[in-house]
Amino acid sequence: MNLTELKFGQKAIIERVTDDDLSLKLFEMGLLPGETIMLENVAPFGDPIAVLLSESKICIRLQDAASVQIKPID
Amino acid sequence: MQKEITVALVGNPNCGKTSLFNALTGLNHKVSNFAGTTVEKKTGETKLSAGVKAQIIDLPGTYSLYPKSADELVTYEILRNKAESNYPDLVIFIADASNLKRNLLLFSQVADLGVPIILCLNMMDVAERKGIQYDLKLLEKELGVPIFAINARKQEGIDNIKSALLNDKLRITAQYYNLDHVNAQMLDEVCKATDKRNKYAALQFAINASSLLSEKAQRIIKIFEKYSFDTRKFQEDEILSRYHIIETTVSNARLKNTSQLKNSLTHKVDEILTHRYWGIGIFLVLLLLVFQAMYSWSSYPMEFVEYIFGLISNYIETQMPKGILNDLMVHGILAGLSGVMIFLPQIIILFLFIAILEDVGYMARVGFMMDRIMRPFGMNGKSIVPLISGMACAVPSIMASRNIENKKERLITILVTPLMSCSARLPVYTLLIGMLIPDTAKWGPFNVHGLVLMVMYLIGFVAAIFSAWIFKFFIKQKQKNYFIMELPSYKMPVFSNLMITLYEKSGAFVWGAGKIIVAVSVVLWVLASTGPQGNIAKVEQKFASTINNDTLPETVREEAKLQMNSQKLEASYAGEFGKMIEPAIRPLGFDWKIGIALLTSLAAREVFVGTMSTIYSVNDDGGEETFSNIKTKMQAEINSQTGKPSYSLATILSLMIFYAFALQCMSTIAVVKKETHSNKWPIIQFVYMTVLAYASSFLVFTIFS
Repeated sequence: MNLTELKFGQKAIIERVTDDDLSLKLFEMGLLPGETIMLENVAPFGDPIAVLLSESKICIRLQDAASVQIKPID
Repeated sequence: MQKEITVALVGNPNCGKTSLFNALTGLNHKVSNFAGTTVEKKTGETKLSAGVKAQIIDLPGTYSLYPKSADELVTYEILRNKAESNYPDLVIFIADASNLKRNLLLFSQVADLGVPIILCLNMMDVAERKGIQYDLKLLEKELGVPIFAINARKQEGIDNIKSALLNDKLRITAQYYNLDHVNAQMLDEVCKATDKRNKYAALQFAINASSLLSEKAQRIIKIFEKYSFDTRKFQEDEILSRYHIIETTVSNARLKNTSQLKNSLTHKVDEILTHRYWGIGIFLVLLLLVFQAMYSWSSYPMEFVEYIFGLISNYIETQMPKGILNDLMVHGILAGLSGVMIFLPQIIILFLFIAILEDVGYMARVGFMMDRIMRPFGMNGKSIVPLISGMACAVPSIMASRNIENKKERLITILVTPLMSCSARLPVYTLLIGMLIPDTAKWGPFNVHGLVLMVMYLIGFVAAIFSAWIFKFFIKQKQKNYFIMELPSYKMPVFSNLMITLYEKSGAFVWGAGKIIVAVSVVLWVLASTGPQGNIAKVEQKFASTINNDTLPETVREEAKLQMNSQKLEASYAGEFGKMIEPAIRPLGFDWKIGIALLTSLAAREVFVGTMSTIYSVNDDGGEETFSNIKTKMQAEINSQTGKPSYSLATILSLMIFYAFALQCMSTIAVVKKETHSNKWPIIQFVYMTVLAYASSFLVFTIFS
């Protein structure tokens, strides 16, 4: 499952980032394997999305979020 | 003897770095370039004790030492070169305590460069509200560097930092990430190739050099190839290892962490402000309110400025000996200056609102909401900040585009930002709108002036978007484009920060515009009061008999005087100039007087109003000049050829469109040249905007006349 499939309020654990060009940027911003993530807001037109990490809030385009593999909790 | 130490402030974006910089240096700072480079630094001074001063350098916020955007590059450039005379003796690292883990990633990288470092934990209160608390003594021991808890926005803990800067014993270096897994022989070669002794600094510089394709790149790429060293793999490993080290250290010192992913206050505010359907509507309403405020709050202060200038001109005119100098002061310089300074209140209000929106964290949300809309036009959500602040001034806005990672998107943003209606167009619009619609006109609760002004701003935005779309097809794409941005939690604006921003920005406007206006006014005054071959004297002779004839009624003599003044201007050098370009601008509905103003405002748009003041003041004998006076005179002006008013609806609209699109701003051209490191782009920008302005004005004039 990837990040674009996450529903509002649903929590998940980040497993890995499949896009090599993006992974460094995402890791530096705190979006890295093992972190818990939750979908918070969606921009007009449904893209980009804003996700909550344990310490920060980050927005990301759907096209980039598709490379973030996650495992839902519960 | 005075001793001076150099201190650099480093941290992530939104960690409170600017607040700390302001708290340390107050108003005592300036922006300049590093000697011999285009790298810009913001420095300030603070006195530590009787004999010691600290030079504080504020570096742009960054997430890592592997720069991905132009502003991150500035920070990296300054920290990488030990030989540079501005290399800091000490780094103050500011970390957001509520987001410690990620902030410490950059901290550990900077420390590993081998520079002495102290760690300031900011926003402890926010962390506590989130349910996170640290044992600072233990954290200090684990990290091995001095730690200070501060609240930069409330200016708490600043004295502790100052005394720490004085204490030589606190100049401590630390090392966190070790390079044992990297081939030692390769590291030696990299150190030699980069002239660095610190192994991490050398390798880190080499990796950046190889990806930035700098002069040393070829040699370094060869070394990496020889040892089949994968730079991306190394960086990924570095980041994850650092997070691992940090996690262990931090978790030992963490007293409690009841923080969990939950909907915070920021989330509740975002639910409303960035709502999927009405988020953009709220944004537009906010903008409308800003413009209304700009209009309604500014009338008294504007009258005040006008009054002060009236007093000064009156004083000089009556107290100074009559003659050429008196005339130059009153009708040249003061007339030009007052024409523009009167707009200072409106400009301050606009700057203030933009500063508040930035400071509370709303601008990032606008970027988030607008990303999808900006994308088809070759820009991204981050472009919205330069575009919106372009409504105040294009110069800082173009610099604000540095955080856009993708070079193509950044270039397009730079190229179209000057189409946003900046505060220098305000004086022009206000004067022209005032000639069409009375000040008091209302439409429902709104002032009609404010609405028309908003339409002008919208026209600028549409033109910017449309031009961006065209540029998208002509500029080549080399990098992958993505949009990943942090949405900082909402904060209350800090009064002192806002005041410092206002002071800097309006100061820059007053001095920047003031210098040009004074120079242009003097030249213009000379050109408007002298003419070739004694033509002016001939005109005076022609009218002398009528004006000096006491038997004629007063009204006839007044009329003759007005005609004489207008013919004198026509006979002057300025008149000749205007006439020379008149054929080129006649299709736009402009006469030679407007031609003079177009020429003089080539350097800065706001000079238009100053020029009009000077032209119509030269045209007049005595009496103090006021803004409303110029408007009345322009409205009353009759075109001698057609017998109709010179400023018809078509001419005024055409003029407004011309000023909306033309790039009449030297400062913008200079900053674009600097930011793009080229002559090509400022030239392209000047040409396309001039063509756009000319074509649109022609169209508007033809339609309305």
